Amino acid sequence: MSPMPITRKQAIDLTKRLPINKSVKGFSRAGSRATRMVRAILTTPPVPNGVEKVSKEKNIGANYDTDWARSYPARFARVVVLNALMKPIVDLIATPTIVGTDRLADIDGPVIFAANHHSHADTPLMMTAIPEPWRNRLFIGAAADYWFANRITSPLSALLIGAIPVERQKVSRKAIDQSLELLKEGWSMLIFPEGARSSDGWARPFTSGTAFLSSHTGAPVVPVYLRGTNKVLPKGRNFPRPNPTFVVFGAPMYALEGEDSKTFAARIQDAVAALADETSSDWWQAQLRAATKATPAIEGPALGAWRRSWSQGTNRRDARRKWPNV
Amino acid sequence: MPRPGFVLDVDRSTPPILFHHGEGFRFEKLPPGRSRVIYPAEPIDPIKNPDGAIRDALENPIGDSEPLRALLKPGMKLTIAFDDISLPLPPMKSPDIRQRVIEAVLELAAAAGVDDVMLIAALALHRRMTENELRHAVGDRVYDAFAPHGLLVNHDAEDPDNLLYIGSTDQGEEVEINKRAAESDLLIYVNINLVSMDGGWKSTATGLSSYRSLRHHHNPKTMRHSKSFMDQHRSELHSSNWRMGKVLRDSGVKVFQIETTMNNNVFGTEGPMSVLQKREWEWTLKDRITAMGMKAALDRMPARSKRSIFQNWQAPHAMTSVQAGEVEAVHKITTENVYKQHLVSVEGQTDILTMGLPYISPYNVNSIMNPILVACLGLGYFFNLYRGKPPVREGGVVIMSHPTPWEFHPVHHPSYIDFFDQVLTVTHDPVRMEAEFEKSFAEDEWYRHLYRTSYAYHGVHPFYMWYWCSHALQHVGQVIIVGGDVRAVHRLGFKAASTLQDALEMASDVVGRDATITHLHNPPVLMADVS
Repeated sequence: MSPMPITRKQAIDLTKRLPINKSVKGFSRAGSRATRMVRAILTTPPVPNGVEKVSKEKNIGANYDTDWARSYPARFARVVVLNALMKPIVDLIATPTIVGTDRLADIDGPVIFAANHHSHADTPLMMTAIPEPWRNRLFIGAAADYWFANRITSPLSALLIGAIPVERQKVSRKAIDQSLELLKEGWSMLIFPEGARSSDGWARPFTSGTAFLSSHTGAPVVPVYLRGTNKVLPKGRNFPRPNPTFVVFGAPMYALEGEDSKTFAARIQDAVAALADETSSDWWQAQLRAATKATPAIEGPALGAWRRSWSQGTNRRDARRKWPNV
Repeated sequence: MPRPGFVLDVDRSTPPILFHHGEGFRFEKLPPGRSRVIYPAEPIDPIKNPDGAIRDALENPIGDSEPLRALLKPGMKLTIAFDDISLPLPPMKSPDIRQRVIEAVLELAAAAGVDDVMLIAALALHRRMTENELRHAVGDRVYDAFAPHGLLVNHDAEDPDNLLYIGSTDQGEEVEINKRAAESDLLIYVNINLVSMDGGWKSTATGLSSYRSLRHHHNPKTMRHSKSFMDQHRSELHSSNWRMGKVLRDSGVKVFQIETTMNNNVFGTEGPMSVLQKREWEWTLKDRITAMGMKAALDRMPARSKRSIFQNWQAPHAMTSVQAGEVEAVHKITTENVYKQHLVSVEGQTDILTMGLPYISPYNVNSIMNPILVACLGLGYFFNLYRGKPPVREGGVVIMSHPTPWEFHPVHHPSYIDFFDQVLTVTHDPVRMEAEFEKSFAEDEWYRHLYRTSYAYHGVHPFYMWYWCSHALQHVGQVIIVGGDVRAVHRLGFKAASTLQDALEMASDVVGRDATITHLHNPPVLMADVS
């Protein structure tokens, strides 16, 4: 006797009861297919065994692509943030005195602003101090390992301060090439040639990248001396405290014929030192000292670490004037 | 390529011409067929690298002079004098030319180890410059370095301890100048040449002198013999200053003159004010809307607000030449460069000369243009902006457009108020007022005190303004002011008219019905080279 055939409905029910098909219970056949398609699209396929795994470049750090931050919508957003948020805060906390902008009167085209670097406050201060027309067409070389460290800081750095990532840990031409390209396109650059913030208030030796960029693009370097930002937001602190600051713009500088980048960088450093001297005394006294090569170096005395810090004197918190107890 | 100035013959198709009218404008239709308009040249191209050009001029002086670098020695006494607030007009955008030149000079002085340096604003009998005005002229860097130590000062023409009598010319003109300048090992003069009258020996012999010295050429006789005082070959004012310069040179005062010229870019090429610098038939729709809108707004605005707007305007003047070295050789080149911008060839004279007077003259920067200054600007300056002969014939009529308010700046022009009330009510004759009134104003202790300690023009200054008009007053048959305060105009001894048509009608009594008309289109200033 042959077994009784089952109906099609009975066969489907039987199939659904099988343990292997429990997971698709309740879905139609068409739905299962769609789910599989979606999953196939969203799920990264596994690397087959025996095949060497290729590590994918992350879009953060030095690889972060900042081109979008120079599109018109991003520039508009930056202008709004700069004028509506950044400038009032800077004016309130840093109360900057900006001098020397008259020295920029004859410049036509992009400029490389090279400033000494004490603090994270230097960037917003400079962004609000740089005059038009350079202010709203500006990019900044920023440490890739700090400003572009993750997926949140990277776009924020690119958008809010117009930063491009600069590799500090290893030698890379990417940032230099990008900077050259942007300068040639008419963008101005803000750069801190010391490469990092000063740890003791004295400047570090200027690297030659600024000079190289100027020599290869013809864009003038405008030396800038910043004073007081190390008290607004010193290295190691997270919250600013109010303190007056000075921004002194110097005369534009160009590479001399046959001058190498290292020598030009030294000249830029001397120019910033002369500006520092100008603010500590006056322009004429600074000129007299410069003529006799007696301009105080901004690198500070060649002493041990604590004596260098000690020689800053007024940077100590307790040096602030207090009201007497009466 | 900037277009040169030219003369437009007015016909029926000529649009209404813009007349400056103080802190406002008028649009006037000139009679076709018998009117012409002298248009100034467009601003000539500036020097691309002004700082480089200045350094170059200091290294390559003109005339019998060594390069400045060679003249600067350690331990020497160096004085730098510079033109005051009366130049340029309107004040220029920062950085001022004086700042550029002074910084370049000081850089060389520092390199040479010169310690003893003093800066003096060569203001003669003008008012002292305020801190802000000095800062604008020399820049913050120079001001902050010198002023706090008393090394940047205004010249004081009434300080007997700081004046030095040098000698007198062969015509008995006494030469007395600032003592520090005279006793310096080197006096460097930093000049801005706006018009051809400026510069040369006038810089030191007038700018750094006293009343004792100035009275020899600031008088009606000199002015009537200067035809015009803008043409140095026919200017007695110029000759007198040159004679005094010779006395200075012979006495051992060593002057290194730095002269600069600038283009006539007063209102720029962009922005709403730029329309004032364009030729009327080239106005675009936007320009026409702007001009009409500005006029409508200014007509309804309080005088104080209008004045504030215009007095805050800084012109985008740019430097067109710089030359340094021996005074006379330098000034010769400077004058040629001034003429390149200003000279416009004009054929013959007409019966009537019309002019729209602007809001500013050399003596009311950051101040009020009082009626005496209106007269001086029109009949002193604009009338004299000619070479050869005046654009209006002898016995002709001058028609000026200006509101001429009965208003004086009490701090800047105190002696003007008394001059207006006490002198012009008695006489309009410059010779008589010189004889009867000048001395009492010049030696008045109160005016002297205000000049030395406040910001007042010297007591004698309103007389000089009237003397400035001497040549025009002697030359023309009638002066009419359109749209002016009637009482103030009458006090000046002129006729008042409500409209240009009325003024032309009044002028017909003097020059007839078919009188020919020349209109000086300004600002910017031009100089008519009348053949």
